[in-house]
Amino acid sequence: MASVDVETIPVFVMGQRVDVPPSLTILRALEYAGYTLTRGVGCRAGFCGACATVYRLKGDPHLYFALACQTVVRPEMYLAQIPFFPSRRADYRIEDLTAAPAALFTLYPELLRCLACGTCTKACPQGIDVRGYMAAAMRGDIAAVADASFDCIACGLCSARCPVEETQYNVALLARRLYGRYLAKRSEHLTLRVDEIEHGVFREGLAELRALDEASLRSRYDARDIEA
Amino acid sequence: MAYTPAMLESIARVEASRQARLSSTYPRMTPQERDDVLRRFHPDYIAQAAREIRLGVCKGDRTPLELADVLEAPPQIDPATFALQGSDLQTDVLIVGGGGAGASAALMAAQGGASVLLVTKLRFGDANTMMAQGGIQAADQPNDSPVTHYLDVMGGGHFSNNPELVEALVTDAPLVIHWLEQLGVMFDKLPDGSMNTIHGGGTSRKRMHSARDYSGAEIMRVLRDEVRSRSEGIRVLEFNPVVELLTDGQGRVTGAVLLDMETREYKIVHARAVILTTGGGGRLHYQGFPTTNHYGATADGVVLAYRVGGRLAFLHTMQYHPTGVAYPEQIVGQLVTEKVRGLGAQVCNIDGEQFVYPLETRDVEAAAFIRECQDRRTGLMTTTGQPGVWLDSPMINLIHGPGTIEKALPAMVRQFKGFDIDITRQPMLVYPTLHYQNGGIAIQPDGSTGVEGLYVAGEAAGGIHGSNRLMGNSLLDITVFGRRAGAAAAVYAGQHEAGAMTLEHLRAWNREREAAGLTEGRPAPILLPDYTRHIRAVRKEPLVPVSGG
Repeated sequence: MASVDVETIPVFVMGQRVDVPPSLTILRALEYAGYTLTRGVGCRAGFCGACATVYRLKGDPHLYFALACQTVVRPEMYLAQIPFFPSRRADYRIEDLTAAPAALFTLYPELLRCLACGTCTKACPQGIDVRGYMAAAMRGDIAAVADASFDCIACGLCSARCPVEETQYNVALLARRLYGRYLAKRSEHLTLRVDEIEHGVFREGLAELRALDEASLRSRYDARDIEA
Repeated sequence: MAYTPAMLESIARVEASRQARLSSTYPRMTPQERDDVLRRFHPDYIAQAAREIRLGVCKGDRTPLELADVLEAPPQIDPATFALQGSDLQTDVLIVGGGGAGASAALMAAQGGASVLLVTKLRFGDANTMMAQGGIQAADQPNDSPVTHYLDVMGGGHFSNNPELVEALVTDAPLVIHWLEQLGVMFDKLPDGSMNTIHGGGTSRKRMHSARDYSGAEIMRVLRDEVRSRSEGIRVLEFNPVVELLTDGQGRVTGAVLLDMETREYKIVHARAVILTTGGGGRLHYQGFPTTNHYGATADGVVLAYRVGGRLAFLHTMQYHPTGVAYPEQIVGQLVTEKVRGLGAQVCNIDGEQFVYPLETRDVEAAAFIRECQDRRTGLMTTTGQPGVWLDSPMINLIHGPGTIEKALPAMVRQFKGFDIDITRQPMLVYPTLHYQNGGIAIQPDGSTGVEGLYVAGEAAGGIHGSNRLMGNSLLDITVFGRRAGAAAAVYAGQHEAGAMTLEHLRAWNREREAAGLTEGRPAPILLPDYTRHIRAVRKEPLVPVSGG
């Protein structure tokens, strides 16, 4: 099904050869090949993790991992998208937990089975050191897990490849929520402002602005001082 | 995909002027200059790109051609033949849309004692929320106040905003930050625990809270996890968009018809109240612009609400984000966060000269970029004919110290690195991209719409931002009004029994279409844009122009 007027390269989609322009991303190549996507597609900008893709190259024994929306096709690419991967998510109420190592071990006991083989790290299209944060999780270092896993988009490739069936990205999510709620230093100015709002401190000032006609509001706006 | 020789030549001029620019930023425009550049160059002012809507409660309102088409469209289902018998699912509150507004609404409706069913077109969390990079505004610093925030929002929206909604927005803002933090959102902080806030375009105080440049993703994944933690009160149904609302025949919304994207079967939901949190319509590609929006952003909620009598507000104005990617081609139109300018990066033309203050409001900034390229002809042109100007990202590490870009903008670094461009060392080529629906269905501060039983929150709602939204007020808006709509809908559901389910509104709609002489048109909501290349003509060409990645 090569087109007559465009330079194309062959790629293989679920075993079938299609010829696509070499400038396309994997996602656009699938659409070019005639697929209307509902699974394996999301934000189309590298933020949602929906388009996790596994591919091989002809004559190359390696498996490669990518986001279909951020990766350009290569000749003789054998493509498979991972539309959905079942993973375990522990059930918890964040307010009932404490930010102690036991929270991770209790909710995700399989965590301690991690072999540190690093297959997860190789599979991560974000380039996150998944093995590294799993090691931190086994040490119970919640802050380290939260920091190292922050750019995770939960595409699930780590979990799909894990020989001992971890759901790394859910462990990481738990760690980040524990960090955000319990370990991050509180912002005194925020606590104070919430209290002021609950006491109606700004009602009068807002009412005053709301009572102004447009011209007066405009001149207030144009004259406002801007923090350097 | 690294830069071309012509680009590198221009980059050399950007580098040559960098040292001098570090101590000299282009001045802000006067109010008159702002008005002038908007009128002459902002896409909203191109008269032939919009038209009057020919039916419905806001007949005569102007809106982009592509949006007018879906607003006037025939329904997806035919009321004469559709078998509306019984219901497959029953709930107190039905929430349509699984982004930040929907998740916030679900949590508050459940907290209010309502049973909740959240349905979403793709996966839960597939939404523009997930893609928001820059941050969320809240006046919580000691030198700031909700009153100051109010003034910035009104000015940014050209004083056309609904003041009641703005008051709700700015007053709830610090409360929402606190709520999110209690749920476990990790905001960027200074060592003493205070929020590391910066400026956005049009802010008079540094009140932009961020989570690196994954701000929306961080908020979305926490809200989604919290909803999943409350599965006894909130059911989630993915890949099941709403294709029609149901009414009692007397103006009250009483449920919805879902379309299962996998089986193509319809399902009927009987609900006491419905909240639409379906987001915007960037995938309609107004004026052929590429978009930063999610694949599913096809204005579904606005279409559904308009058909049952929801009023439109500010749908004549769209937001074109000044800094969409202009190169490489594969990611044209995708977002380069305003945080890049918030951290000090300036904008330069082909000669390495500044031509605009970097943090004008988005509409003004975008119009200035378009003027530079189209009128003054001092932008760059890529080999595919895409114009652009330079966003000088390497300045950030010179201003704030080495490593700042890597720490504050990891998503941007990663995205460009994938195409062999190192934004810590080289500037980015950018051009305005379709980003946000400034308006939507008119709401009250509790998310109600004037249509009984129908609530709207998030990007699908209108009035909060007037004709131009400021950076960081969208993540704020979805959480503030998502929460408010969820709470109000739970109260409503507690006070009203489930109503009768009919398709009377569709019969009326079809009669009105006929009276207006409208016989053609592709049914809406369209659910997804059509980007598929069809070798043999099996159906009409897509109505939606194919552009963007």
